[in-house]
Amino acid sequence: MSSVNTAHSVVEPSRTSKRIAATIVIAYAVITMIPLVWIVLTSFKSPPDSISYPPKIVFQPTLEGYCNLFTTRTRQTPEYITSLGAPTSTCDEITRSRNMVIAGPSNYWPRFQNSLVIAFGSTFLAVSLGTLAAYGFSRFKVPLAEDLLFFILSTRMMPPIAVAIPIYLMYRQLGLSDTALGMILLYTAVNVSLAVWLLKGFIDEIPREYEEAAMIDGYTRMQAFFKVVLPQATTGIAATAIFCLIFAWNEYAFAVLLTSGAAQTAPPFIPTIIGEGGQDWPAVAAGTTIFVVPILVFTILLRKQLLRGITFGAVRK
Amino acid sequence: MAEIRIENLRKEFGAFSAVEDSSFVVRDGEFLALLGPSGCGKTTTLRMIAGLELPTSGKIFLGGEDVTFNRARERDIAFVFQLFALYPHMNVRKNIAFPLLAQGVAKAEIRARVEETAKLLQIDHILDRSVSGLAGGDRQRVALGRAIVRRPKCFLMDEPLGTLDAEFRDLMVRELRELHNRIRATTVYVTHDQLEAMAMADKIAVMNHGIIEQFGTPQEIYNRPATMYVADFIGSPPMNFLRFTAGLQKGARSVVVDGVDISVPEIHLDLAESEFALGVRPEDISFSDVSPLRGAVFGSEYHGTNQIVAVEMGKGLVKARVPADQNFRIGETVGLELNYDRLSLFDCTSGRAVPSSRYAEHHHG
Ligand SMILES: Nc1ncnc2c1ncn2[C@@H]1O[C@H](COP(=O)(O)OP(=O)(O)OP(=O)(O)O)[C@@H](O)[C@H]1O
Ligand SMILES: [Mg+2]
Repeated sequence: MSSVNTAHSVVEPSRTSKRIAATIVIAYAVITMIPLVWIVLTSFKSPPDSISYPPKIVFQPTLEGYCNLFTTRTRQTPEYITSLGAPTSTCDEITRSRNMVIAGPSNYWPRFQNSLVIAFGSTFLAVSLGTLAAYGFSRFKVPLAEDLLFFILSTRMMPPIAVAIPIYLMYRQLGLSDTALGMILLYTAVNVSLAVWLLKGFIDEIPREYEEAAMIDGYTRMQAFFKVVLPQATTGIAATAIFCLIFAWNEYAFAVLLTSGAAQTAPPFIPTIIGEGGQDWPAVAAGTTIFVVPILVFTILLRKQLLRGITFGAVRK
Repeated sequence: MAEIRIENLRKEFGAFSAVEDSSFVVRDGEFLALLGPSGCGKTTTLRMIAGLELPTSGKIFLGGEDVTFNRARERDIAFVFQLFALYPHMNVRKNIAFPLLAQGVAKAEIRARVEETAKLLQIDHILDRSVSGLAGGDRQRVALGRAIVRRPKCFLMDEPLGTLDAEFRDLMVRELRELHNRIRATTVYVTHDQLEAMAMADKIAVMNHGIIEQFGTPQEIYNRPATMYVADFIGSPPMNFLRFTAGLQKGARSVVVDGVDISVPEIHLDLAESEFALGVRPEDISFSDVSPLRGAVFGSEYHGTNQIVAVEMGKGLVKARVPADQNFRIGETVGLELNYDRLSLFDCTSGRAVPSSRYAEHHHG
């Protein structure tokens, strides 16, 4: 580096261009954040506030949306409600103020759990299978490797919904409709192609010498894979896992078609909240807010790996 | 420790043959340098001995046992890779202990042996460091440590000094040889650097295009190169070739080059008229005003204790290594005196040395 600042470097961006870049990035971030912020704000509004016009920026926050999200309620006479004695919780109190009593838990929590099981289960499967397949493609002479890899990728070329009807019929025959296992298998099948391609790139970059050294040192190939290759592929595995998780977590079309009860995930469930007792936007917003949290946490935890994943290992350790 | 025996080893990659019909023996405790230019098949040979590559044909024996088709992990050898292949997710101690863990050695013994090895290599102070922060020389020592901690049958090293800078290489060459003198492990060391090979090895195998051109001690290789390729590859500057066309008679003690009669070691074979080359090392040339073999000084290169003088002989340059105190003018005509005792003769068609008394004494003695 030269200590004289008069000449500008050809490789380093100038201060002005850095500022312009920062302005664009921040502006873009703000624009994309607005809907998210709006959803979070709405989740803390009362139902009248949520539909008032012009929209309220300043309002009295309430947990009503969250209470409504997690409960089912029935309308009662004021006399009955006063006869009940003191309310047992904040939600109880809010509900009574609307002339209702809590009848029981809603389906949101079970649906959310379904989402967790199905998304994490399919991600785990897709990444495990993908890692093994990618290792095989990367290290061995696989007959027709190029064609197989293209075939694996080609499963992604068709919009998944195009096969929805055949899969629906197949699943009915196999008894996989509306089961968590069925959804896990389906999402795994969709994600494994992405996983193979992403992970092959990462594993290709790990020199073979590491495994060869381990195999000469007395380990089997399997042991070498687990002790030497896997630890070095963690970056790629983490990045791949996030991509798979985001897909499985957000997937809506198949979920609507194939699940309705026991195995229903959160995405098809959230819109149904709106029907229960008028236009309950705060409850919908609350459902969405909670739904976003796991992905948000996961992404923030693994953001470094995610960035590297996007650049396909171009950023070397 | 064990002897390594290679018999008619061949390796083909599709239609390309990387190693052709190699045979040699590395005796127990010997240090062999596998020397040759880039792409000549050194690494491939080493990988076949290690079991990382299966030969197309031929046999490999370790300590008398045929291991040609054994897996790498069953061969009990250690391999030092060119880029060391230190596991980046383990610290120095774990890297060195890794082979012992595979053998199920007890924890206390692993600890003791790792520390003993580290002391031997003077890296005991960095045992708990991460390998990613280490300097080239220390990485080198850790890689060596991982190899010797196992006390394997033999060591295979693939250009382990290739990535180090020149100054440090000299130091490591000495260290490696000292280490070998101490533990006397059978070693095959791959390099493309003739000076490294000369400095370290008990035996050298010179490879070219998958063929072992010559196998012998550094002295044999230098003094009695079996082929023009070896003569040209070894030595700096390499051997000079004075080409001439003639027939050679058994028992003859001289050849005629450019009309000048030159004494040579006694020729042991009758050969029909064809192109031959007289091979002479730069240090076997001296200047003499009376010599009929004459040329014009083309230039000189000062090397401190001596100088390399290039002389234009009409058919090309001949380089002589002479004392540094002699002065020459460029263009000056000089006479060259050859140390006839140390001359080699080559058949230019086959590239092989012509049998002579100089070469025979090697075969019988
Ligand atoms: N797996 C392989 N498939 C095809 N060709 C190969 C393979 N491995 C090596 N080769 C070829 O075989 C030849 C010898 O390779 P090898 O690595 O043994 O050379 P080397 O003497 O070690 O050279 P270097 O000094 O460059 O390391 C080269 O031409 C190389 O391209
Ligand atoms: Mg090599």
